[in-house]
Formats: sequence, C-alpha cells, structure tokens
Amino acid sequence: MSTATDKRKAPAGERVADWADGRLGIYSLAKANMRKIFPDHWSFMLGEICLYSFIIIILTGVYLTLFFHPSMNEVEYHGSYVPMQGVMMSEAFASTLDISFDVRGGLLIRQIHHWAALIFVAAMIVHMMRVFFTGAFRKPREVNWVFGFLLLVLGMFTGFTGYSLPDDLLSGTGVRFMEGAILSVPVVGTYISFFLFGGEFPGSDFVARFYSIHILLLPGIMMGLLVAHLILVFYHKHTQFPGPGRTNNNVVGMPLLPVYMAKAGGFFFLVFGVIAAIAAIATINPIWNLGPYRPDHVSTGAQPDWYMGMPEGLIRAMPGWEINLWGHTLVLGVFIPLILFPLVLGAIAVWPFIESWVTGDKREHHLLDRPRNAPTRTAFGVAWIAEYIVLLIGGGNDMFAQYFHLSINAITWFVRIGFFAVPVLAFIITKRICLGLQRRDNDKVLHGRETGVIKRLPHGEFVEVHEPLSQDKLHTLTSHHQYTPAEIGPTVDENGVERKVGAMEKLRVKLSKGMYGEGNQIPKPTVEEYKEIQSGHGHH
Amino acid sequence: MSSQEIPEDKHLPSEQGDAHHGGVAVADDPFADPGLPVHKPRIQDIDDRAAKRSERTVAMLFTVSMLATIAFIAAYVIIPVDKIVYIFPLGKVSALNFALGMTLGTALFCIGAGAVHWARTLMSDVEVADDRHPIAAPADVKAKVMSDFAAGAEESAIGRRPLIRNTLLGALAMVPLSGLVLLRDLGPLPEEKLRKTVWAKGKLLINQNTGEPLRPEDVQVGSLTFVQPEGLEEGTHEFQTEIAKAAVMIVRIQPDDIKDKRELEWSHDGIVAYSKICTHVGCPISLYEQQTHHVLCPCHQSTFDLSDGARVIFGPAGHALPQLRIGVNGEGFLEALGDFEEPVGPAFWERG
Repeated sequence: MSTATDKRKAPAGERVADWADGRLGIYSLAKANMRKIFPDHWSFMLGEICLYSFIIIILTGVYLTLFFHPSMNEVEYHGSYVPMQGVMMSEAFASTLDISFDVRGGLLIRQIHHWAALIFVAAMIVHMMRVFFTGAFRKPREVNWVFGFLLLVLGMFTGFTGYSLPDDLLSGTGVRFMEGAILSVPVVGTYISFFLFGGEFPGSDFVARFYSIHILLLPGIMMGLLVAHLILVFYHKHTQFPGPGRTNNNVVGMPLLPVYMAKAGGFFFLVFGVIAAIAAIATINPIWNLGPYRPDHVSTGAQPDWYMGMPEGLIRAMPGWEINLWGHTLVLGVFIPLILFPLVLGAIAVWPFIESWVTGDKREHHLLDRPRNAPTRTAFGVAWIAEYIVLLIGGGNDMFAQYFHLSINAITWFVRIGFFAVPVLAFIITKRICLGLQRRDNDKVLHGRETGVIKRLPHGEFVEVHEPLSQDKLHTLTSHHQYTPAEIGPTVDENGVERKVGAMEKLRVKLSKGMYGEGNQIPKPTVEEYKEIQSGHGHH
Repeated sequence: MSSQEIPEDKHLPSEQGDAHHGGVAVADDPFADPGLPVHKPRIQDIDDRAAKRSERTVAMLFTVSMLATIAFIAAYVIIPVDKIVYIFPLGKVSALNFALGMTLGTALFCIGAGAVHWARTLMSDVEVADDRHPIAAPADVKAKVMSDFAAGAEESAIGRRPLIRNTLLGALAMVPLSGLVLLRDLGPLPEEKLRKTVWAKGKLLINQNTGEPLRPEDVQVGSLTFVQPEGLEEGTHEFQTEIAKAAVMIVRIQPDDIKDKRELEWSHDGIVAYSKICTHVGCPISLYEQQTHHVLCPCHQSTFDLSDGARVIFGPAGHALPQLRIGVNGEGFLEALGDFEEPVGPAFWERG
C-alpha cells in the first residue's frame, strides 16, 4: 500500500485498488484467489454452461419485464400481427404478441430467454451426471451436490411458471394439468387449488401470481443457492482426474489469472453467442400460432417444455385408479404420479449419502473416479438416466406414435412395464460393461498396449506385439481406490459376551458386499503380478 | 495431530499419492506416481512467427466482433420490424430477428473465440500444482470454538433458566402463524363451486361454431359438435371460468348402438351430450372416432366410449365423462334438462 511517505505517485489503477482495499480488504481476497489453480478437463465446462445460461436468462428476463404485462384482463388485440386482430385475449398474451411483433429485437430477446432456459436445465442435468459418474460428490462436496440438485428442481419450476406466463393455448393447458394434479391431493388439494388460482380455474389471478414467483421468488432463491454453490467450489477447490503428479493433496492446472479468466470469461461469450444464433434461426414457442388460452380449446400434440416431459410421462402412463370411500375420492391415478415425481428425481440426490454410509469412508476425496472403477454407482446412474428416458418417451407418447407410426396404446404399455424393467436392465448391463472395462485395464497394465503389429515367430506362429505402458499410464490405471467389502465381524467378544448386530448394520454389510464384494469389482493388478509377467516376457 | 489424519479402518484402501507426494518414482514400484510430466512447448512458444499469427487471429476475432456490433445497430435502425424474408433453409423468417440474432451472436462469439484462442496459444500453459488443505478445522481450533460456545451459552444462562428458553421457543414457533393466516384471502373456499356449472333446466345448447341454438336435425350422425350454454358472453373472466366447466360436446349415435340404459334415457333421439372436460386433469377432449364412438383426450390420451356411458376404455382417466341430460323445447331447440348430476372435470377429495 502506498503511504504519505511514498514519494512515487502510484498509477491510477493501483490507487483505486488501494481505496477499495482499505474498505473491502480486496488484497487479501486476491492473494488467495487471483492465481488460484484450476484443473483442465472438457467436462468441467458443463457447470459453466449452467452458470452462463442462468446469467443470460436474468439479463434477457429483465428486458422482457419492461414490456410484459402480467395481467389477465381481457382486451381486444389491435397490434400488428394481422391474424389475431380483433381477437379477445388476456393482456399477458397481447403484450407477448407486442414483444414478438412490435418491439424491435423483442422477439430475439424472448427467444434467447426461452432457449437459454431449455439449455440451462439440460446443462444442469448433464453437469450433475458428470459430478455423479466421477464421484465428485464425495466428501467434502455433499452439501454442494444438494445445492446443485435444488437448483435443478427450482430451475424446472421456474421454467414452468415462466412458459405459463404468456397465457397461450398450450401453456394454459399445462396450467390446467397442474390444477388437476393439485386437486388430486387428498384432504387439502381443493383448497390449495382455490388459494393458488384465487378461486376456480383459471380465474384472473394466476398470471400475476406466477409472475412474481417466476421473476422474484424462485430466481431469488436460485441466486442465493448459486452463489453458495460457487463459493463452495472455490473453497473446496476443484476436483481433478488422477494422473501423474495429481494427488489427493494437490490441485494441478493453470491459474485463474490469466488463463481461466480468459478461458471461462471467453466461454461465457461463446455460450451467449451460440444461444443468440440459435434464437436467430430457430423459432421457439410461437404463441402467435397457438392463440390465447381458452379452457375449452386444445391443440393436438400438446407438449410441455422438455424438462417437464418426465412428470408428463408419469401422468400419462399411470392407470386411472380412483378409490371412492366414505364420500371421498382418492385420486391415485393422478396423486401417485405427483408423489413419484419428486421420488424418481430425488433418487439420484440421495445416492451420495447412501454410498458414504455403505463405505463408511470419512476421508476427503479430491481425485475423481473413472466411472468404470465404481461399477455399482455407474450402473445406478445409468439406471436413473434410463428411467428418465422411459418417462420422457411416456411424456411424448403421442409424438412417438405419430412419427414412428406406432400404436399409442403400445407405447403407453411399454412405459408402464419399462418403468420397472428398463432401469433394472440398464443397471445389469452397465455393471457388466464396467467390469469388462476394468478387466481390459488390467490387461493393458499387465500385458501392455496392443500395437497392431503382427510378428511371425520362427516356428510359424503369429503373435501381436504388445508394448508395455509408460509409467504415467501404469500409474493412472492403477491409482484408484478399491474398497474391501464390510464384514459383520465376530458377534461374540473374547469374554464370550454376545454383540447384537442391528438390522441397519446387516443391510450395510450386504450392500457393501454387493458393491465391493467378489464379482462386483475386478481386483486391480498388484506389483507382484506385474513383475512376474514382465519377467517372463513373451507369454501372452 | 489434525483431525484430518486418515482413520485406520482396515477395509479402506490407502490414499493414493500420500506416500510419494512430490513425484519421486520408486524403482521398486512400477505403478508409482512419476510426478508431473515435463511441459511440452507449443509452436507459439518456440516460433515467434506462429505467436504473431496467433496474435493476429485474436485481434481479427475481436475486430469482427466490433464490426458485428456495428451491423447489429445498423440492422436495428434500417430493417422494419415487420419485414419477412426468405432465407434458405429456414424459410420465411423475420428479417430483423434474423439480422439482430446473427450479428449479436457473431459479436459475442468472436469475443469468446478470441479470448479462448489467446488463452490457448499465447498465455502460459505450464501446469502448476497447488496444495490442498483439509476442510475440517484442526483440533485446537475446534477446541477453542467449543469452549467459546460453552462460555457464550453459559453467560446467556439459557440452560439454567428453562422458562426463558421454553417461552422463546413457543413464541418463535407461533409467530409464523400470522403469516399463514394472511394467506387466507388468496382465494375463496371451494364450497360447492366445483359441483355446479351454469347449465340449468331450459338452457339452450348453443353451437360454438355458429353461435346459434341447435335443432336436433342439425346434428348429423358421425359429427362432433361443441356447444356451450346460452347466456355465456365471450371475452370476460366469467366466461373463461364457466366454460372451463360447462363445455359440452354432442354426437348423434343410432339409438340401437347406445349400450348404456341411462345414457339412452338422457339422450334425445340418439343425440347425447357429454362434458368436454376430461376427468383426468381437465384437458378439453377434442378427438372423435365416428366408427367406434370413441373420444380421445389429446393431452394424455384417455379414451372414452360415448356409446357406453362414456366409460374409460384406455388411458389415465379415472372415471366416465359426466352426461348432460337433454331434450327439445316447444320451439324445437335442444335444451338442457338440468345441470350435470356429478362434478365435471378432474376428480378431487370431496368429490365422493
């Protein structure tokens, strides 16, 4: 810091920084973070796409609020879109038409907003998969995993309330679906629906109410979670893949200033640029084709935005069970999907806690797993994705029927059975593939890389020349953890006193055997095995 | 001893990298960590001309971005908002939207591409290692925090004066109730509202296409006609809320084909009127198969048989569509003979 005795006059930038440091303590902050090291891997960009599309959504969303009227007052349209002139519609719909046809650039911003929202949710799921399959959720990052999951759920609902705002025929149908789902809740469903809609559906309140939820309540919570998520990423430091020089106690990469400032900062502009170009060439949510909402009208092929396809699949596939007893109706056909929605989604969210309970591992993990080296986890993740895809197919059963000329009943039955069968199949197949890949890694470590060079031996035999791996590769392929399965242990101690083993402990041991027992992971090669094979070279 | 010391659980594998941090290859261990690989210089690190080329590329990308921004502003000023142009392969698109989107996209993308190219080719790409430190605090820090907390708790006397603690908890638990109560006026109570529609005895069936009352002879076999009760005015909130319950579809079926006895009774000369609102989650049903008399909800594919009491034959709906009892008035127009006898639309707890 420059002082009064300092004869040299500091440059302007330094003086501004001095001013800020005296009030904000920025030098201490910069000391810790300016040259912070970030490891490099393409999959680490996925989270950045989430962050950047969120920023793009906020920027474009603020612009849209300048023109959008969140009102359900009925008005006659007199804007410049000729086919709708004279049509009665809500102010919300009319102002959305104005944004699309009368505000210069309004359509572009609307489409950037909508495209960025679709990309945001998609990027969150892919980012979550990256974190899941590499085991990046392990201690100390479990809380951040939960923050991320909450962001995904909130993102879905922010998207839903957002695309409901224009009060067009398609989104109104979606809101009606939501009302029907709320009505199915036992005891309080009717009351929640009346309070949410200010009376009967559709009433004249929901656009204004969804508006404050969409632009203030949910994004406000998300902003808080996002900041917390990023602070934790900084605080924990980034995970890295194993490799030469990369240990659990260091982080290898390049510094924030300048490399990641340029790479991550530049990537924001790449994401924004690509989304702007998509918005220029691909129309999204053309509400002018759909028309204003009327509860007695509907378009065929009514589809929600993609991330709502999963609950849509649940509700389409569920048989229409209804129980009428003592003057009350239990609408299981709708209520069970409503319950399954958070359960299916949340199954992936609780995995980190189940895994750490089974392993009993209390250590920090900063080195990522290769998915094959955690076969049960990987199989579970793939099973979850398979379930998600089955439900997406269910949610689009009419589209699949139309484009592939299939019977809609057959698709619905496929989803009903597939809901139970497909995840199991996916689990078994994935686990086998993982174990196969582990064996292949073992082969590579012990016998070297297949060179593709065929050698003919003096006695006529053909062999492929294998080339031993470099130490870098040997280390990378053998450095992963392998847990030994938990044991119940002796139930009688040395004094002959019997020890009670709880049901939970028995379950834990059973799960542990299923994850790390014989046949559930391939023991990695030992140094002795390696040396023995290397010394007897030539035996393949 | 820090609390991050690795616990000596036998079934846990040893943490890799601990033993040879610093990357000295142990001759005995072929799998040992050889340490960070040596940095391989890029072409730009050794050839100044290549570095110059990279510099020019980056500068060119930034320049293109500037030009694109100028083009954006020009397009905004010049192109009329309603101009439609044909652009292969997009078809007819808004010229302004396309021009603004492409120029904005280019301006943004080129900044990003320039920055990334700069980072990849001209900034140092030497990998360095930073040490990690355990997240959990060392034991002495924890001990200090625990003793501070104990001192604070002791000074507050909350443990010794349970009356204060308990009444505080009570007050904090109760105060959110005010907020809950304030939500009461979000909407009216349901009461019987979901059970009643505007249909009543003597209300004429108005054809939604023509706005005219219907005569039986207007309804042909095999056609699906959407009707609403007379007196509903379009363009009002009441209309939206009432039509959400009162929308009705009518079809004419040969009376011999009607399998359900009550359906036949409530029909007029083979004309049957059913609620158009799906009993699943309330979509309007709009697809009619005239051969089978099946109607299909386009939202979730619930299928109802209109010749058999509109019972559910496929899909997620839980019960049949409510039927509206109809007849013909003195002037020969179709009229309702009362309201629906059961609630229309999705089922709810009080429906019974």
